[in-house]
Amino acid sequence: MNASGAEPLTARPAAGTPRHPSHRADVHRGPVGSELAGTLMIARHILRRDRVRLCVWAIALTAFVLYFSVALRTVFDPEALAARAAVMRTPSGIVMGGPGYGLDHYTPMVAVANEGITWIVAALGIMSLLHVVRHTRAEEDAGRAELMGAGAVGRHAPALATLLVLTAQLLVITVLGALATLAGGDDASFLDGLGMMGGSTLAALVIGAVALLASEVAATSRTATGLALAGLALLFAVRAAGDLIHREGSLLSWFSPFAWPQQMRPFVDLRWWPALLSVAAVLVLLAVAAGLSRRRDLGRGLVADRAGRSQATSWLRSPLALAWRQQRGMLLWSCLGLGLLWLATGTMMSTLADMGRDLVSQTPALAGMLGSDSSAFTGQFLDLILLFAALCAAAYGIVASGQHCRAEETSGRLEAVLAAPVSRRRWLTAQLLVALTGTAVLLVVSVAALAAGALAVGVDDPDVGRYGAALLAHLPATLVFAALSAALFAWVPRGGGLAWMLIAVVFGIAMFGEMLDLPDWVQGISPFHWVPDSFTEDTDPAGPLMLLAVDAVLSALALVGIGRRAIDGGL
Amino acid sequence: MSVIDIRELTKSFGHTRALDGLDLQVGEGEVRGFLGPNGAGKSTTIRVLLGLLRADGGSARLFGGDPWSDPVALHRRLAYVPGDVALWPNLTGGECIDYLSRLRGRTDPARRAALLERFELDPRKKARTYSKGNRQKVALVAALASDAELYVLDEPTSGLDPLMEAVFTQEVRALRDQGRSVLLSSHILSEVEKLCDTVTIIRAGRAVESGTLTQLRHLTRTRVSAVVRGDVRPILAIPGTHERTSERPVGADGGDGAVGGAGAGAAGPDRAAGPVGTGTTRLTLEVEPSALDEVLRALAREGVETMTASPPSLEDLFLGHYGDQHAPQASRERA
Repeated sequence: MNASGAEPLTARPAAGTPRHPSHRADVHRGPVGSELAGTLMIARHILRRDRVRLCVWAIALTAFVLYFSVALRTVFDPEALAARAAVMRTPSGIVMGGPGYGLDHYTPMVAVANEGITWIVAALGIMSLLHVVRHTRAEEDAGRAELMGAGAVGRHAPALATLLVLTAQLLVITVLGALATLAGGDDASFLDGLGMMGGSTLAALVIGAVALLASEVAATSRTATGLALAGLALLFAVRAAGDLIHREGSLLSWFSPFAWPQQMRPFVDLRWWPALLSVAAVLVLLAVAAGLSRRRDLGRGLVADRAGRSQATSWLRSPLALAWRQQRGMLLWSCLGLGLLWLATGTMMSTLADMGRDLVSQTPALAGMLGSDSSAFTGQFLDLILLFAALCAAAYGIVASGQHCRAEETSGRLEAVLAAPVSRRRWLTAQLLVALTGTAVLLVVSVAALAAGALAVGVDDPDVGRYGAALLAHLPATLVFAALSAALFAWVPRGGGLAWMLIAVVFGIAMFGEMLDLPDWVQGISPFHWVPDSFTEDTDPAGPLMLLAVDAVLSALALVGIGRRAIDGGL
Repeated sequence: MSVIDIRELTKSFGHTRALDGLDLQVGEGEVRGFLGPNGAGKSTTIRVLLGLLRADGGSARLFGGDPWSDPVALHRRLAYVPGDVALWPNLTGGECIDYLSRLRGRTDPARRAALLERFELDPRKKARTYSKGNRQKVALVAALASDAELYVLDEPTSGLDPLMEAVFTQEVRALRDQGRSVLLSSHILSEVEKLCDTVTIIRAGRAVESGTLTQLRHLTRTRVSAVVRGDVRPILAIPGTHERTSERPVGADGGDGAVGGAGAGAAGPDRAAGPVGTGTTRLTLEVEPSALDEVLRALAREGVETMTASPPSLEDLFLGHYGDQHAPQASRERA
């Protein structure tokens, strides 16, 4: 026992000694040094906590780039690529894809860069903002930041450690992704691959810095995530709108980090300096966030809480009322933000119609594919926008249903409610009702805003009835996500992330399914595969009705499942 | 009829056996203390009782019903304060109280106001700004303001300051006087001693002791401390006495006090003893109930100058059950 006990005893001071001198140095270095004390230790801790998560993201992103590069080379012959280039000149092509560099000589790698960067930045941007909020604001909410802050840890150390890990992660993805582009065939080039991936990851780092700022301003981690996601959507829209104004980018495009890697023109005519914009933006955002954090108390937002009502309103007397009370704020802000976004999108319709006419007259190949009727463009564009709007509403549904339920459970609040005379089924029914209604309201507002925008600028080709029919056709598919999320909560409480995976799958299938010629059963995984393209096809109610049945079955499954499992207490 | 009737209850989480044949009964109008160290299974028991967890084996009956299959009707009759109170961060304390008590049914605004005042709680603050003690107060006010037959309180005073603890004590006494049943889980012995008629002590998922406080005290030793005029050796030789120390006052002839017995933890002579007359011996010992008669007779025979006998505290009871458990842990930490 003595022999084995001696080892840890001698090991412990040995590990501790190197820390002492640096520790003392921190104190003497003055305020800047001491505010960063403990950064490396925290960074190591984050790596330890997130090792699986970080690996999954890196592998998924690399696989995406690899698959995309290989598939474009093997599936598309030069003629097909030329036709694809023509599609990329259309409004939908610009929004889905990129600014359109190299369309005249559209090779597989040019296509990867033109169409892939937007989604690489979007995916990595979401990864970055989730990572940042998770390790800063969410840690404060959970009270763990307090525990850590009581140690010899500087004020800015957690934030800096979070960004250090993120930067390292993005660096790994850059190298792996650049290597993956080498599979792209004849025009593959490591330098261009590095430019594409490096520019994209730097843009994602900007999103991470935006999330850090949001974490400083918001009062809770949920608000911070919402703010950062709204910022991401806005920057996405700004790039798309800017490129719609002028192919290869207008002045407006340059206001979005999405544009910066695209403007590096990888695989066409690589230039490096736009990457500096990302670096500058990150530095500015970090400085602002650091300044804000000096003015803020731990665990609080910048805006102090005011005293509220001492008694609850008379209607707050059921789980349904509380669910509504908890979610109405999120619903209101989502309706407002997304409504404005889709309204603005709608007002672009007249520009797009003109653009469509020009394109058809200039590009015979397009006219052959889509017919000479320019309204085909607007219809196609509206179908795409409607899918985006539906997916946004679906994401809201996941947050409002399963994710919200799980948060209630793990915090221990569900226990307090179920200890009162409230059955599990009644409680979950209330959550589901509010989530499904909220999702539906959000979709209605989105479609109405889109229609209002288009009608306001005089585009009355799809009339109000058509918008209404499109709304009805998409609603059941949109609700699948909230219902699935609730069913997961009831049966696989730890598997709530699967609902998000469905969103990612739907996205992949919608963007690349037909292009990559995925088999029907794979495309069928997406609920939206069963919904007719409302603005270009005839309305067929069979698909939506089937999805309505899926909604009902999933909801029923959720209600059965919740009665059968143990409730986790808080802890 | 028992309000709570738990028999042979078992519950496992993976390989961990949280409850291992637990028995616990609470009768009508009874205030039962539920004592145990952290991780003994108190909260798990309560969660099974509330129908949040399903029992693996044995039975848990609440008002004669099954809490897993029929929770709603049973919950109408009880109020609950969780050990770790979680509130809705964007609701004010007042809103949380109203919501929780409205879910239970009837509310009494006057009682609510009185409790808010007694517990000195500001109901207008957002729940996320409350400290642990204030969150605890919110749950207490919500529970105490409701008119229930049974109050299930899981470590209800954790985080409360001594003043608020006193208020809590008064409130629970009032409940007892009204004939309500209470299950009070705690590891604070004085709290249980002050409030409870009966106690169940749980350790590693089993009830190791159960009964009224008086009954339980019979199981433990009485601490006797006396100044004896005659010879103390016969007293020290009585079987069933422990922790014996005796001491001759400084300056008296006869040299050192005789320290008898082989008690493992026998303390050294108390040199700071008060003034005692010449020829007397200060004696302290712990006496098992069975030896009490003989010790008292022997003391009377030898002649006693002063004497105190204190009943065993619950603390002794508690340490008796857990002391041996802590010992190996401590030595493991040292290794």
